[in-house]
Amino acid sequence: MSDQTADRALDLTLEQPPTLIEAAPARARFALVADALRLGRTRVGLGIVTVLVLIALVGPLVAPYSPTEFVGIPNSPPSSDAMFGTDALGRDVLSRFLHGGRTVLWLSAAATLLGIVVGVVVGLIAAYARNWLDDVLMRSNDVLLAFPQIIFVLLAVSAIGPKLWLIVLTVGLTHAPRVARVIRGAALEVVERDFVKSAEVVGEARWRIVFGEVLPNVTSPLLVEVGLRMTYSIGLVAGISFLGFGLQPPDADWGLMINENRLSLTVQPWSVVLPVIAIGFLTVGTNLVTDGLSRALAGIDRRADS
Amino acid sequence: MLTRLILRRLALGLLTLWLVSLLVFAATLALPGDAAQAILGREATPERLAALRDQLNLDEPVVSQYIQWLGGILTGDLGTSAATQEPVGDLLSDRVGNSLFLVAISAIVAIPLSILIGVWTAMKRDRPVDHVVSTTSLILASLPEFVIGIALILLFATEVFHWFPAVSLLGPGEKAWDDPEVVVLPAATLVLAVVPYISRIMRGSMVEVLESEYVTMATLKGLPRRTVIWRHAVPNAIVPAIQVTALQLAYLAGGVVVVEFVFSYPGIGAALVEAVGNRDMPVVQAVTMLAAGIYVGLNILADVATILVTPKLRTAAR
Amino acid sequence: MSAPVVEVSDLRVELEGSGVDIVDEIALQIHAGEVLGLVGESGSGKTTVGMALLGHVRRGGKVGGGAVAVDGRDVSALGDDELRRLRGGVVAYIPQDPGTALNPALRIGTQLAEVLEAHASSWSEEERRQRVREALAEVALPTDGVFLRRYPHQLSGGQQQRVAIAMAFANRPKVIVCDEPTTGLDVTTQARVLETVRDLCRSHQVAALYVTHDLAVVAELADRVAVMYAGRIVESGAREAIFSAPRHPYTRRLLRAVPDIAGKRTVVGIPGRAALPGSRPEGCFFHPRCPLADDESRSAFPPVTELGGGHMVRCFHHAEAVKHAEPEGAGQLGPRTVGEELVLTVRDLDAHYGASHALFRIDLDVHREECLALVGESGSGKTTLARSVSGLHSDYTGQVRLRDDPLPEAARRRSREARKEIQYIFQNPYASLNPRRTIGQTIGRQLQLFYPGARADTGRRVAECLERVALSSSAASRFPDQLSGGERQRVAIARALAAQPSVLICDEVTSALDVSVQAAIIELLGELRRDMGLSLLFITHDLALIRTIADRVAVMNKGRIVEQGSVDGILTAPSAEYTRELLANTPSIEVALGHAPPTAAST
Repeated sequence: MSDQTADRALDLTLEQPPTLIEAAPARARFALVADALRLGRTRVGLGIVTVLVLIALVGPLVAPYSPTEFVGIPNSPPSSDAMFGTDALGRDVLSRFLHGGRTVLWLSAAATLLGIVVGVVVGLIAAYARNWLDDVLMRSNDVLLAFPQIIFVLLAVSAIGPKLWLIVLTVGLTHAPRVARVIRGAALEVVERDFVKSAEVVGEARWRIVFGEVLPNVTSPLLVEVGLRMTYSIGLVAGISFLGFGLQPPDADWGLMINENRLSLTVQPWSVVLPVIAIGFLTVGTNLVTDGLSRALAGIDRRADS
Repeated sequence: MLTRLILRRLALGLLTLWLVSLLVFAATLALPGDAAQAILGREATPERLAALRDQLNLDEPVVSQYIQWLGGILTGDLGTSAATQEPVGDLLSDRVGNSLFLVAISAIVAIPLSILIGVWTAMKRDRPVDHVVSTTSLILASLPEFVIGIALILLFATEVFHWFPAVSLLGPGEKAWDDPEVVVLPAATLVLAVVPYISRIMRGSMVEVLESEYVTMATLKGLPRRTVIWRHAVPNAIVPAIQVTALQLAYLAGGVVVVEFVFSYPGIGAALVEAVGNRDMPVVQAVTMLAAGIYVGLNILADVATILVTPKLRTAAR
Repeated sequence: MSAPVVEVSDLRVELEGSGVDIVDEIALQIHAGEVLGLVGESGSGKTTVGMALLGHVRRGGKVGGGAVAVDGRDVSALGDDELRRLRGGVVAYIPQDPGTALNPALRIGTQLAEVLEAHASSWSEEERRQRVREALAEVALPTDGVFLRRYPHQLSGGQQQRVAIAMAFANRPKVIVCDEPTTGLDVTTQARVLETVRDLCRSHQVAALYVTHDLAVVAELADRVAVMYAGRIVESGAREAIFSAPRHPYTRRLLRAVPDIAGKRTVVGIPGRAALPGSRPEGCFFHPRCPLADDESRSAFPPVTELGGGHMVRCFHHAEAVKHAEPEGAGQLGPRTVGEELVLTVRDLDAHYGASHALFRIDLDVHREECLALVGESGSGKTTLARSVSGLHSDYTGQVRLRDDPLPEAARRRSREARKEIQYIFQNPYASLNPRRTIGQTIGRQLQLFYPGARADTGRRVAECLERVALSSSAASRFPDQLSGGERQRVAIARALAAQPSVLICDEVTSALDVSVQAAIIELLGELRRDMGLSLLFITHDLALIRTIADRVAVMNKGRIVEQGSVDGILTAPSAEYTRELLANTPSIEVALGHAPPTAAST
């Protein structure tokens, strides 16, 4: 009996390390994505987005006519020649539709990427610096934030003209301060935590701490921001085209199509309905995925706090 | 002192606006080549070019151009439209009224509606009603305003239900409130664009408050449910909603642009789009400054309101 | 014997979806004027039982069986309106954290008045106002209008808690449920709050349930004690019986883990960790950690055994437990051998936080293999001192010397050697490890920083570090949220040791841990100190704890060192008034039971 007690008492020493409870298996690296995919809405969103991206990318290859070809009388209803009828100038609605998605997609993606990268860097640095640098960055942010996004784009377009690169630049630049604000908020909380102080007390380089310790702990709000910005980008880019400042005629573009054909809405709705549905579904799809990610994030946070 | 905090906030806002004016002015500098030529384009005759150059003080150094422009803005002289040769102020004054009317109607409907939806869905959280509202909110929040606008037109102004006019046929000088029918669809679009955000935040903060320690404590004190909700929960839940409401109202300043264009509503948004197309820089700059001013003003209001409503911040301003 | 005011029989609370039990087979009784201490570590379910007396279950749970009778009526059978009248009127609640339990947007006066409005609605407003004043006077708070108009954040932690107590007693309830109400309060404030609760319970003849993990507090306050483990009550009885002659192995081990301020015994931890709901083993829940476990305890949960005099235990081996020799543990009593060499010196240190002066002319010496404890209440400056010495806080003047070399203020400006020699362990094990890195990556990074070597070797070296703190090498592939608090703290220690330092700064490293886990960590630190020749700077607010590990102690108050000396000397014959006060206010089991004289008479 006394031997056993001696053994038990030594449990904590090197002879017999206590085993960990094996209940929790080693966690997958991308738990957030896996969790999000488990939700119905994420899958639906992903499905919608995939379909529309396919239409936009593959469309031009399968369109029956070229987008600038005249195939019939303007504003004629669906017929055997033109499945969805013709637009205000007599071109095939379906073909113009199939050609019209690419630009929206790549402009939105590029603008989102620009906004995210700049915003993340600015937000992280501001949160970690917490001194005059933070103030300067946030003031500059405020200046950019004083413009509603679309007005900033219009201001630039009025001076420089409807250039596609300009749209990417301005939409991206107006995303950046909004992203920076969110990331800074999330990072401020992380920066105060003891594991960051642990790294400081051993003298880790500042950039290593910001990108190695802090950044991985804000990936969740970051992913949500990516989804959100993408949704807004699509809306903004399509909106700019709709106002007539994106791709110019005679090019095919969803936003432009809506503009060109809205006066004939009562006569031939398809030329407006198709692009409207496409843009609508695309934004809803990306937002569903974003929502799925943010719900999975909330679930993980709840578990991690236990 | 509380006033010191507010004054500081105001000062910051003014600083921001000043920096904004620098940016807005810089747009003219970004015009390719000769500014006057770029603005007038094909309509450029030597006389008109000279007149425009004189008007915009293009022959003077940049700094003095800026000071003259800024001075003009501050004293109410918004310059002359390059397209119509009318004073910008006159051009916009009718339109400002219409836009304000539109935004006001939208806000009056949207804000109370959002708060009620937010509180109600928070109390019924996770029940079927909550799911339906949340999904609808999600969809509406994703759609760009012009899509919502066009969809409303398709539904209510064409064969489906021919209830409202699709396009505002107001003559120049006519006010929107003389023919209120014209405001319905544009306002509805703005309301549908904004309610999902505010109600979502309201719901979120209400849920958080309902699960807070002090609400649990109030329940454990045996207080009637009504007291717990309206005295303990809602006043704390509303604070984040104030920020979002102000931001959404500010956002409307931008949303108004597209919506007015969709419905051909004669407001400053539509004027802006027209001016951009014409490269009418004075008009563009004036509208942009106005929008920025409203944005910054609403943000200041939101911050001040938050401070006033949070006792901790109010008393901390020693 | 009059009928009990509270009678719980066979209570079961389970999770809503899965039906997994949180607590089960709970039976207890409380009479008027009696305080029942409900003791347990985290995950034991004690708070759940406390809430059940109010008819409240946390979100996600539900009552699965049994009855809770208050004043003769079954709480679970009450309708909504009756339940509302019960809460705050018949059964009142004193929360754990008054900072979050008081509504930040309402004035104190409003929050006090509404509890009377709800339960004494037939009274006139003047009568209610009078009662509010009485309630505040009873807890020694001002009764004037100025105070009533304050907001919660304008009060100190102690004042907030006294407001909560006033709110609870205002309606003269029959039962009070106290949920660890002194957590986070200073020892002095805690003593005052406990006194208030005890006096009020006695004068108003209230039946009180005092939920806590702090055994010393229970010894001072409770008349009877019930011990909970993994959702079951494993032993209960009169205070004297439980503390002097405990019968359940868990109770016995738990008492061995509580630090003794008189220093007559070491602390011993309990190996393993408590089973959480859903993963409780077959048979007696304690058997995986019990020295007396056999086939019987592995197959069935022990039934209730009445031992007479109201003492109950649930154990197959309770008779043997008494005869069983107490484990000595790995700790060491008595003077430890301390080196001659000075490892760390602090001279004339003054630290600031912006405009406020936090530390005044601090002088300290730490020798090789010595453990110097820094003791003080919150705001005393002990953490600021630790941060300054380690270079985390750089706004200070004065000198910090590592052996003979003076060190620059900021850690970033110190040499690699200096940073390696002084390692820091933080209080909160949940925040000191990067949640996005595996344990292996965290320790590996530390190794790479100070002892760069071949990548292929890292796995082996990490395993060595883990072994040193008695963790299996399989921990390396886990993330922090898969480990318990005690395991995470071991990882933090392993990370610090990976640098092979001379000085380990331990900043309240056990304050966030359960008593038994705390004891295990103290044992580990003691061993490591001996085996690796480490010097320790041990920061804590717990006076009893320093007996278990420290050689010398410096007592701090308001940024100054009040007195310094050997642990034995200071604790048996303190010369400073402040130290005497601290000692008098520190609850101790031995003193409460009359087995030892009060540690220092406050003159």
